Amino acid sequence: MNLTLKIWRQNDAQSQGKIVDYPISGIEGDMSFLEMLDVLNEQLITKGEEPVVFDHDCREGICGACSLQINGQPHGPDRLITVCQLHMRSFKDGDTIFIEPFRAKAFPVIKDLMIDRSAFDRIQQAGGYISVNTSGNTVDANAIPIEKGNADDAFAAATCIGCGACVAACKNASAMLFTSAKVSQFALLPQGQVEATDRVLAMVNQMDEEGFGNCTNTGACEIECPKGISLENIARMNREYLKASLKG
Amino acid sequence: MGGLIKSSIARKVAMALSGLFLVFFLLQHFTINFTSIFSADVFNELSHFMGTNPLVQFALQPVLIFGVVFHFVMGFVLEIKNRNARAVKYAKYSGGANASWMSRNMIYSGLVTLAFLGLHFYDFWIPEMIHKYVEFAPEDPTRYYPELLHKFVSPVRTGLYVVSFVFLALHLWHGFASSFQSVGFNNKYSVAATKFAKAFAIVIPLGFIIVALVLHLNHNH
Repeated sequence: MNLTLKIWRQNDAQSQGKIVDYPISGIEGDMSFLEMLDVLNEQLITKGEEPVVFDHDCREGICGACSLQINGQPHGPDRLITVCQLHMRSFKDGDTIFIEPFRAKAFPVIKDLMIDRSAFDRIQQAGGYISVNTSGNTVDANAIPIEKGNADDAFAAATCIGCGACVAACKNASAMLFTSAKVSQFALLPQGQVEATDRVLAMVNQMDEEGFGNCTNTGACEIECPKGISLENIARMNREYLKASLKG
Repeated sequence: MGGLIKSSIARKVAMALSGLFLVFFLLQHFTINFTSIFSADVFNELSHFMGTNPLVQFALQPVLIFGVVFHFVMGFVLEIKNRNARAVKYAKYSGGANASWMSRNMIYSGLVTLAFLGLHFYDFWIPEMIHKYVEFAPEDPTRYYPELLHKFVSPVRTGLYVVSFVFLALHLWHGFASSFQSVGFNNKYSVAATKFAKAFAIVIPLGFIIVALVLHLNHNH
């Protein structure tokens, strides 16, 4: 199929970027979206032009590196997938496709379509951990009885890959779905109770300091999340935060 | 506790609680207004009570005005903060693909509702305050219904009220239901609570529209 790509090009974080048009032909429906970009880059290199910089790593939907806003939606039009799992059969011959980086003040562009998501790392570092003695006398986690519902919810929250689609989809560039998933996976388990109060306060504080927007419950994050992280996590984080604020 | 004032979650909860408070007020306001299409006497009696009861006038009324001002000021603050959180806009953004129009445009439905409140205060609240607390006019328990009817003579004003209630419905459609989520209420009862909130968002503004139209038609017949 023949396509027109409208791709965001930006030299570095300081420079102004712009949308540049790239006509491309001979694209097969079975190609993944990233393979289509590989084809484009081969063509650009052959012509002596600078290839388009974009993030990618595992290419099997696990790592969350591929952070592209495709036709106004994070990871493109399909649900519950990352860009590497998006195939060109989702588009048709003659389509114009907008390809932009995930946009948020807290996710500055490094180059072209590659963004700096270290804000997520700092939120995680602020409290997304538990204190476990690993000196050799650790109690086996499986020895601690945990209610099935809580174990399932904690596991579901822990499937968040930190790709940033929630921020990209949110009209407010809010990071509440990500932060709430990281808070929830510990809040639901007995091992997470020790630091529960400090954790939610520190992580929400870090989230606010990074410059993410406020959640207005549009639900776009849940729809666009490649791992289907539920809005219930945000409600849980709100409860945990209020409880911790009143306590601490 | 200090962090509670500054944090995004605290702002969200404050928006939800002030909104829920205004929803309760709306229900009370509607209940009284609705009596006007059945019985002028009942409407007069209830209005007289609300207009002269010291607890309503000097305790609940200031709280209500604070609630309204707080809700829209906080709404503006959140809108500005949220716009700043994405300095460079998308060239193409498909907001409708993953969120409702109502949820994405609360600022616009809120602005129309705020403009309506300006008209509503000009029509009723300011004359009422002047009547009671500036002119100190003698109290007449039968004046409320004729005053109400008089305001709905104009088809333009009646039309403006009807349009405003449609925007109020759009605002409530997202606002009321999502306030449960904001205060951390998301459990097995959430589906029922959301259905109730969405029904409320339709029924109450529709009721206000019916009251406005009936009063307009009553006057013309």
